[in-house]
Amino acid sequence: MYKYIITRLLLAVPTLLGAALLVFILLRAVPGDICEIKLGGTGLYVDPAEIKLCQDKVGLNDPMHVQFYDFVTSYLTFDLGESMWTGRPISYEIGLRFQLSLQVAIMATLVAILIAIPLGTISAIRQNTWIDYFVRTFAIAGIAIPSFFLGIMIILGLLIATQAWFGEPWMPPIEYVSPLEDPLANMSQLIWPAVATGYRYSAVATRMTRSALLEVLREDYVRTARAKGLMEKIIINRHALKNAMLPVVTIITLEFAFLMGGLVVTEQVFNLNGLGNLFVESVLNHDFTMTQQLVMLVVLIFVITNLVTDVLYAWLDPRIRYS
Amino acid sequence: MTVSDLPGSGSLEELGVQNSWTSTAWSLIRRQPLGAAGLFIVLVMIFMAVFAEVITPFDPEENNFEFMLTPPGADFWLGTDQFGRDQLTRIIFGARTALYVGFTAAFVGAFSGLVLGVASAYFGGWFDLLFQRVMDVFMAFPLIILALAVVSILGPNINNVIIAITIPFIPQCARVVRSSALAIREIPYVDAARALGFSHRRIILRHMAPNVMAPFLIMLTTFVGQAILLEASLSYLGLGVQEPTPAWGLMLQGGAEEYAESAPWVAIFPGLAISLAVFAFNMFGDALRDVLDPKLRSR
Repeated sequence: MYKYIITRLLLAVPTLLGAALLVFILLRAVPGDICEIKLGGTGLYVDPAEIKLCQDKVGLNDPMHVQFYDFVTSYLTFDLGESMWTGRPISYEIGLRFQLSLQVAIMATLVAILIAIPLGTISAIRQNTWIDYFVRTFAIAGIAIPSFFLGIMIILGLLIATQAWFGEPWMPPIEYVSPLEDPLANMSQLIWPAVATGYRYSAVATRMTRSALLEVLREDYVRTARAKGLMEKIIINRHALKNAMLPVVTIITLEFAFLMGGLVVTEQVFNLNGLGNLFVESVLNHDFTMTQQLVMLVVLIFVITNLVTDVLYAWLDPRIRYS
Repeated sequence: MTVSDLPGSGSLEELGVQNSWTSTAWSLIRRQPLGAAGLFIVLVMIFMAVFAEVITPFDPEENNFEFMLTPPGADFWLGTDQFGRDQLTRIIFGARTALYVGFTAAFVGAFSGLVLGVASAYFGGWFDLLFQRVMDVFMAFPLIILALAVVSILGPNINNVIIAITIPFIPQCARVVRSSALAIREIPYVDAARALGFSHRRIILRHMAPNVMAPFLIMLTTFVGQAILLEASLSYLGLGVQEPTPAWGLMLQGGAEEYAESAPWVAIFPGLAISLAVFAFNMFGDALRDVLDPKLRSR
């Protein structure tokens, strides 16, 4: 097992290096740079000497291999360097927004689990009834409805509902409050994006729960449990569901990696200042150093989640052994 | 390369669907009601896209400030947007954009993935290992960066949006196809083909690729839905199709949030169009999976 984990970690090195090269080249292939945007953003004439000075300052005029070396060493030493746009340390800028994005991601995962497992179970037990059809339609709708549209609809629904019930429209607060300071205000802001993201996220897990449970319900040990007269509830909860959870756990952890990317759109709709927002901003500003480190963060989360999923799978199911 | 180049791509006969059109349609509706509904919506979309000019009397791009934000009514069935353009017209023309992006990205992505995935399984060894690492990089890489880079380097043009959407599809399809092709490589007919002295290209395209059609077709249909969704998301973020081209995601971006309260139809209808389209392709893909994957049949 340890050997397997070490091999996987070693295989992650080329992936990370490849991603680093790709983002480095892609960013520099885009015409224009941060100095032109910073100084010429207002459309005024800017002295080329001034742009040159700015480029020298942020290191854009260094030879390519030096820039790449700086990027990789700053990543490996966890120093991350400074943002070209704000001049502040990148670790500070990321830390500022990490809490919000992580909280939404965790809440969305919880929403997804709360929707997926009960619905998937009911759908499997009542296979080919109207409940089953309803759940399947509900799940596919979760994949089909864009999260930004769901977000707009949630805001619209809130406005209309509060207008009707309380006489004046209410919108979720825009200012972020830490959950430790004021849990209620924090929740009233973040529960909506969590629901919008979580519903989408639950769709795949619901379908997975249904099909995994259907498979398990056909197993011999379930027939044995029925034959010895166990209550259906115990059969489902203790015997079937426990075994059907494997692929569901896998899919939920795997999707967590994509959640970070999915937040880009949701944060835009709900006006949240999270990592997704920072991502869009730094790309539009041509903030090379910031974008590079954010890409590496996303890729790292992806690689780690994949590894954790595989290890979790083997740990949950002793029949699986990696070599 | 087109579909007809590959043998076996039209192999519905092998699946037992050899009756006349009407009886085929009937059995589809009976056995796969959700899939049939999906197919019906897809056909309606194709009809809208092809005959857009004939269906609607309005121009999708011309501003008409006399009728700004008119609510749905007799003249404008789904209302107008903030530029006075008929929403229904823009949704009908938007179907053209969505289907163009959806089909092109799905076909190119799935076919490249098919060829690369089979080749990777067929050659094995170092090629396979290296290829898998390259695929890993593209799978893990954030789409938004890729899309932004492609659009900024090549210009904000609908074809460049397609390129941006296609790139992540290739590794997804290649991975699935590769695992199916690995099993096929061990079957004697591949050895036989090699013994007959056929070229690698011929073995990959004519002997192995047709035999991984089931996972390939399933990937293809889900890709169309995904591509429509991705295009809408990119357009919504301002990185995709640009004004005044009618595109559903763009309609949601252009002030839909601003007017959400006073003119909710501006946001609701384009969003419904996106949802319905992706829904239809997913339903159809699901039905296809049930038919093509013997393990799931009768379930």
